[in-house]
Amino acid sequence: MLAGSILTLIGSLFLLLGALGILRMPDVYNRMQAGTKATTLGSILFLTGIGIGYCGCVWKVTILILFILFTNPLSSHALARAAHHMKIALTNRTVIDRLREDEATEEDKC
Amino acid sequence: MKTLKQHLLLFISLIIVWISLAGVHAQELIAGGIVALIITLIFGSKAHIFADINLHPKAIFFFILYIFVFLWELFKANLDVASRVLSPSLPISPGIVKVKTRLKSKMGRTILANSITLTPGTLTVDTCGEYYYIHWIDVRSANIEDATNKIVHTFEKYLEVIFG
Repeated sequence: MLAGSILTLIGSLFLLLGALGILRMPDVYNRMQAGTKATTLGSILFLTGIGIGYCGCVWKVTILILFILFTNPLSSHALARAAHHMKIALTNRTVIDRLREDEATEEDKC
Repeated sequence: MKTLKQHLLLFISLIIVWISLAGVHAQELIAGGIVALIITLIFGSKAHIFADINLHPKAIFFFILYIFVFLWELFKANLDVASRVLSPSLPISPGIVKVKTRLKSKMGRTILANSITLTPGTLTVDTCGEYYYIHWIDVRSANIEDATNKIVHTFEKYLEVIFG
């Protein structure tokens, strides 16, 4: 019960950090970074805490975590790709954009 | 042989999901088994991704090892992002770099792209054959070889054995 509560607390702290990251980051791609990683680990810890501390449904929670692990990066990848195809600008602190360079030089690819 | 493997793996994963959801009761196990068998017979020949998985003991050992490596990297990624978010100056120098992978199989490349997305400061934006375009929150090297060494190799050496 106590361990579950602690895990849930840490998980929700990571979720809070993710939300803070989305507020503070300068452009859509950096926000995606904060959003994806923090929510994935946050949800994993949160669900694990619920699973071992409260409902005793560890296996169902394991399946949930697996689905989150597979789908969360996929959706953020799709969003980032769509954003780049729509030519949403990167922040002016950006160092390099290989994808834009390659799109400009080689039209035939992919 | 190859189709037998993908049928078998599809059936086993369906059964595992069902047992995790329903628990071990004889009646439900039989019902779930029959449904899983029907799904396997209908869709098994289309589940090509399962054929990419190697099943020899070394691959299974590397798979278990990979889970721990991945969880550790995920944890590091979160501490990294958290420290960047919390520091007042917001220390980022983002950019999109290009990296190259040695993996050949579709499943391997998918898992690699997902792992890259979930680990420190990197997000897969686009793929093009064996090249990935990766948004890196703190670009430390812009050329392909260095970036590949820093981002991809941690996972690639495991995934190469598991998926080929």
